[in-house]
Amino acid sequence: MKLYCLSGHPTLPCNVLKFKSTTIMLDCGLDMTSTLNFLPLPLVQSPRLSNLPGWSLKDGNAFLDKELKECSGHVFVDSVPEFCLPETELIDLSTVDVILISNYHCMMALPYITEHTGFTGTVYATEPTVQIGRLLMEELVNFIERVPKAQSASLWKNKDIQRLLPSPLKDAVEVSTWRRCYTMQEVNSALSKIQLVGYSQKIELFGAVQVTPLSSGYALGSSNWIIQSHYEKVSYVSGSSLLTTHPQPMDQASLKNSDVLILTGLTQIPTANPDGMVGEFCSNLALTVRNGGNVLVPCYPSGVIYDLLECLYQYIDSAGLSNIPFYFISPVANSSLEFSQIFAEWLCHNKQTKVYLPEPPFPHAELIQTNKLKHYPSLHGDFSSDFRQPCVVFTGHPSLRFGDVVHFMELWGKSSLNTVIFTEPDFSYLEALAPYQPLAMKCIYCPIDTRLNFIQVSKLLKEVQPLHVVCPEQYTQPPPAQSHRMDLMIDCQPPAMSYRRAEVLALPFKRRYEKIEIMPELADALVPMEIKPGISLATVSAVLHTKDNKHILQPPPRPTQPTGGKKRKRASDDIPDCKVLKPLLSGSIPVEQFVQTLEKHGFSDIKVEDTAKGHIVLLQEAETLIQIEEDSTHIICDNDEMLRVRLRDLVLKFLQKF
Amino acid sequence: MDPECSQLLPALCAVLADPRQPVADDTCLEKLLDWFKTITKAGSSLLLLQENPCLVELLCHVLKPQDLSSRVLSFSLRLAGVFAAQEDCFQYLQGELLPRLFGEPGPLGGAAWTAPSVRSGWIQGLRSLAQHPSALHFLADCGAVDTIFSLQGDSSLFVASAAGQLLVHILGLSMQGLAEGHPSLQAGDWPVCAQKIVGHIEESLHSTAVPQITQALNVLTTTFGHCHDPWTQVLWVRLSPLVGSLLEKDPVPAAHSLVDLLLSVARSPGLSSSSCGLWETLAQTLNHLSPTQAGPLALGILKLQDCPQVLRAQAFVILLQPLACVLKATGQDPGPSDVLDSATGDSLTVDALLSSKAACVGLLCRTLAHLELLQPLPQRPCPWPQEPLLGAAVTLLQLCRGSASPASDVGRHLCALLLGCVRVQRAALDFLGTLSQETGPQELVTEVFAVLLEYLRSPDSSPTVLKKAFQATFRWLLSSPKTPGCCDLEPHALLVLRELLPVLQKRLCSPCWEVRDSGLEFLTQMTRHWGGQAGFRHALLASEVPKLTEQLLRDPESYVRASAVTVMGQLSSQGLHVTPVSPEHPGGQQKSLLVELLHILSTDSEGFPRRAVMQVFTQWLRDHHADVAGDTEQFMARVLQVASQDLDWEVRAQGLELALVFLEQTLGQFHSHCPYAVTPPVAAPAGPLAQALQPLCRVRLFEFAFRALFDCDRPVAQKSCDLLLFLRAKTASSSGSLQESRSGPDVASVEAALQRWQAGDQGQPLGDLEPEVVLAVLRSVDLEGLRGALAEGSDHMEKSPQSLLQDMLATVGVLGENEADCY
Repeated sequence: MKLYCLSGHPTLPCNVLKFKSTTIMLDCGLDMTSTLNFLPLPLVQSPRLSNLPGWSLKDGNAFLDKELKECSGHVFVDSVPEFCLPETELIDLSTVDVILISNYHCMMALPYITEHTGFTGTVYATEPTVQIGRLLMEELVNFIERVPKAQSASLWKNKDIQRLLPSPLKDAVEVSTWRRCYTMQEVNSALSKIQLVGYSQKIELFGAVQVTPLSSGYALGSSNWIIQSHYEKVSYVSGSSLLTTHPQPMDQASLKNSDVLILTGLTQIPTANPDGMVGEFCSNLALTVRNGGNVLVPCYPSGVIYDLLECLYQYIDSAGLSNIPFYFISPVANSSLEFSQIFAEWLCHNKQTKVYLPEPPFPHAELIQTNKLKHYPSLHGDFSSDFRQPCVVFTGHPSLRFGDVVHFMELWGKSSLNTVIFTEPDFSYLEALAPYQPLAMKCIYCPIDTRLNFIQVSKLLKEVQPLHVVCPEQYTQPPPAQSHRMDLMIDCQPPAMSYRRAEVLALPFKRRYEKIEIMPELADALVPMEIKPGISLATVSAVLHTKDNKHILQPPPRPTQPTGGKKRKRASDDIPDCKVLKPLLSGSIPVEQFVQTLEKHGFSDIKVEDTAKGHIVLLQEAETLIQIEEDSTHIICDNDEMLRVRLRDLVLKFLQKF
Repeated sequence: MDPECSQLLPALCAVLADPRQPVADDTCLEKLLDWFKTITKAGSSLLLLQENPCLVELLCHVLKPQDLSSRVLSFSLRLAGVFAAQEDCFQYLQGELLPRLFGEPGPLGGAAWTAPSVRSGWIQGLRSLAQHPSALHFLADCGAVDTIFSLQGDSSLFVASAAGQLLVHILGLSMQGLAEGHPSLQAGDWPVCAQKIVGHIEESLHSTAVPQITQALNVLTTTFGHCHDPWTQVLWVRLSPLVGSLLEKDPVPAAHSLVDLLLSVARSPGLSSSSCGLWETLAQTLNHLSPTQAGPLALGILKLQDCPQVLRAQAFVILLQPLACVLKATGQDPGPSDVLDSATGDSLTVDALLSSKAACVGLLCRTLAHLELLQPLPQRPCPWPQEPLLGAAVTLLQLCRGSASPASDVGRHLCALLLGCVRVQRAALDFLGTLSQETGPQELVTEVFAVLLEYLRSPDSSPTVLKKAFQATFRWLLSSPKTPGCCDLEPHALLVLRELLPVLQKRLCSPCWEVRDSGLEFLTQMTRHWGGQAGFRHALLASEVPKLTEQLLRDPESYVRASAVTVMGQLSSQGLHVTPVSPEHPGGQQKSLLVELLHILSTDSEGFPRRAVMQVFTQWLRDHHADVAGDTEQFMARVLQVASQDLDWEVRAQGLELALVFLEQTLGQFHSHCPYAVTPPVAAPAGPLAQALQPLCRVRLFEFAFRALFDCDRPVAQKSCDLLLFLRAKTASSSGSLQESRSGPDVASVEAALQRWQAGDQGQPLGDLEPEVVLAVLRSVDLEGLRGALAEGSDHMEKSPQSLLQDMLATVGVLGENEADCY
């Protein structure tokens, strides 16, 4: 069993598991942090961004000044943003049989895999994962395609040139493999390869293994996966949460008794408690708005935003913010808000029961109804006429490199009354803000990551007790910035195996058993003999037939008459040679009766000695020794084969044959 | 006993003795017993029994085999004890009754004994009875002492504890005769009863069973705690080797009780500690107990008035050990102090700290609490290691937040154990606050403020932790060194304040109301202290805090609204509530706060904000706040009108407080009571008095006060009574010269209205009163009588023994309810 690790990002995993002749890809996350190296794509022409000075080498050589721009001491690539793909060279991706998706954030690289690697398999995911994943991809494509950029920089990627660049460009990994965003066509094609599954549904893969999605509690339709054969079980835990938010709670019990547990997607901010962060978010929001400022919340169009809107729903009246407009701007805002309301079966119990009242499960429906929350596909059009300040705007993209958020950063960045509140943990907020410096607006970092923290992981591992744990290397040591925090790492016995990008792990795991079926007619022919109460034995002579990873014992062909070597029938080529089998023996030899039998057969002067393991029967005249032990009997006589055979036959009389 | 009660008593005794009658509840029986105790204290029990033979009959009756409730049996035992406390009465009862009640033939062997209340009654009866030497003989004869020994281990904790106390009492009683002269060490010279008890204690101390040792230690602790006669020293000398031998066992059995005993002995003035080896025992005990057990002993030793310096030093080292371990584990120098230096490196303490999260948290919280208790005491160790203690408190707080970066394994382990632990955070913040009584080196104080700010900023701080962090911050700001001759915040504290205000701003917007509330409380404290100081005023006015506070007047949580009202009142008094004045309404903003507070007073659905508004108004009136001083009469009239209709009695009572201030101010101009007034008060002419009372009449203060006089809530009525009495005293000297007035309601109609009000009909208003009418009414109403009636408890009529007896009889229907209806 091998694990090919194609992504180094612990929360955006992409691993390939080879297990019992199947090749299974576990998630295909897309690392978008690469876009932080690029200049933002403004919706409206930004004089500030277009007038940034070009970057030149220390010696004054300015050949890169078209590609690289400088802003407040940082250098950015002036080009269409590009993404860092999972490793494609480590394993031939056309051999991947299936892709299992655990949540909508972990499928963003799917079009790259399904459309460009010769992949011919099936992708499995739950319905909300696919629908919301589609929204995320649609938004991403829309954000990038609606601001076409003529220039595509590639010079800087040259290894010799990259070496001369300042950090972080100098240290960016595998820039040559970075790719531009996919198209909507590719997205549609990729999504068409997905087969929808429900929680606890069992999916057979080639008869060899069975895969099952389980609720992971992190997002709508998010799942962990069980991959099991008859005697082996691998659990894949990715992006799970034990907090009570909107999704169905995590199914922990089904993860028990795993041989291997692959653990990815823990919280990215282990030191921040989501509850505290939500409080912080609300306080800062209210503080800004009360002082007449605007609040900008860069976010994804689905996920944490539902919980934030729910908190605000409870908070705004008490904080006297009822008159403040909330705007949600995204090409998919409407679909996201509507979709969230129709996936009732994927929601937590509380929200499910609301549907029967009938009420919308999420309170944002009421916010929309009362006109407190308004949503727009873009800041062009209706929004510009409705827009009132002070207000709160939720919009993407959290990287601040594309999407409507770029415009708001340019618009509001100059006033210290305004605040940008970062809630998505995927991007470093300082790096995200770098191309907007100098910035007067206040910046608050309230990352809300509901995924498992290390305390919860250690409880989970204690409960489900896997034999082996495999995880990204980042989880096996404390974060570099807090090296003393021994609590911020996975602590389990035996120690977790760690992986890093482009590494192949041989999982410490031996297959011991295989399930074999017996054909009914063969089973009918068996004659079991009870050798101990409750235990019966039978010998089986059969042909083992293996097809589609199923093993079946079939009755052996009738023994054909041995024919001359040259005249063998063709048909017998298929039939393995059946040797005449020696019968198997069982039973024990009662010494006294054996001695009597020997005497009857003319042996005299018999002496019996007790040994530690059994008895020795000594035929002194014949100078022969019969050693009877629990699991063996030896006849030791000098070169008298006749005698040995006689004695053997006497011994066999006491044993059962089958 | 009065004749009425004597008449009722036989019927009551009959009811009690009748098993078929439902017995009155426990409280009635307790009250009855209390009544008998009062009677017997005042007079002869013997006489009482002779005059009321029904009592002895009751006692005899309960002994008959019958199905009597355990309550009545218990009551009878205690009652017999109360009577037998007097020796002559004891002799009277001794013949037959007492041995049967308390001896083998009594409830002792019977089924009733299974009820804990009966066992408890038996013990309490004996406790009352054992007051004289004859009682001792009785106890010895009926074998009661052995029963008490066994009751020490009773399943009911109340019984067990009472048994222990009874033993102590009997021991004290039996030794009383020996008090003359120095008692002998020889056991043979002691009274038999005492010998028996001491023998039992010795036997228990030898035992291997921990409960028995605990019982013996508890008896001794109580003995040394209550009795300081010379014989106690003899007792200690005799028993101390046995107590000392407990220390040789591992683990030390009943360590908690042992600590109590040693401290009780050490505190006893009857013992000269140096002569009987107590200090050595204490030192030895400190060494033998586990770090968790030794803490309370160390604290106790340090609290002792006179104690050898060596022992105190040792105790202090033990007390500090956990904190020294923390400092050492985080790689900090415990500082120049010898005390903490010698406290480091105790492996036992380290083990105790690291054994589990619960043990670690428990030990640290206890240590911090002990040190917090010790800090303000005059006998606290000197020199006080302020610097390392500050360091330890700061380090603990950092460990709990994960912001400390310990280099050692122990430190990392500690960090993992303490991370996010709210209990340690609370204890450490409290302790840090206590340490603000003294200061420390500037860099450490900077660190203190840094860690406090860290807590105030952290989104993970729980509301209770935040509250404590606010309190500690305030205390440290208070303690920061002041520039001589100036009470403003010193420059460093001002810097802290500048960092603090943005945090406070954010906290005032917290979704959690407890946080908003503690933020407001903190602001109140700060404004009260530094509201007049330029530095503070400047920083506060530059921030958004005053504006945010004003918005909290409309908070959905009533506690927050109340706190906001208090802060706003104070900010306004200090002139800190200044918002940019709009050109149309010059000065309009200031006015609007008064309007807003009046709005809260008349419309808020919860009591707390309304009470807060009344307090602010009272303060404003006292301080001659500009808004109020402008048109005081209109202000008073409006407030009193709203307050009189309030459903919350505290608001009405506060209204009377406000009225009193107004009254004093109004009459003050007329009668100066200021002791430092330059001109001595002169008798005022008649005209000015009527004039002085006119404003009071105009604001309808009298109608408010008269109505309050008959308020259904007693405190309001009392307050009103006091106010009117005060007014009457003030006006007494010049009242003769007033003329009756023609207009408005006359005295008779006012008196009639008052009578109606007293009867509960509050509907009719009085109309405009003239000062003369008011004064006449004041004279005619029996204010003193009313005050006397109000001073009596509301149940004073029902408290008499007669009513108790009647009540008890009424519940069983002996006094026919129909009697009253017969005519």
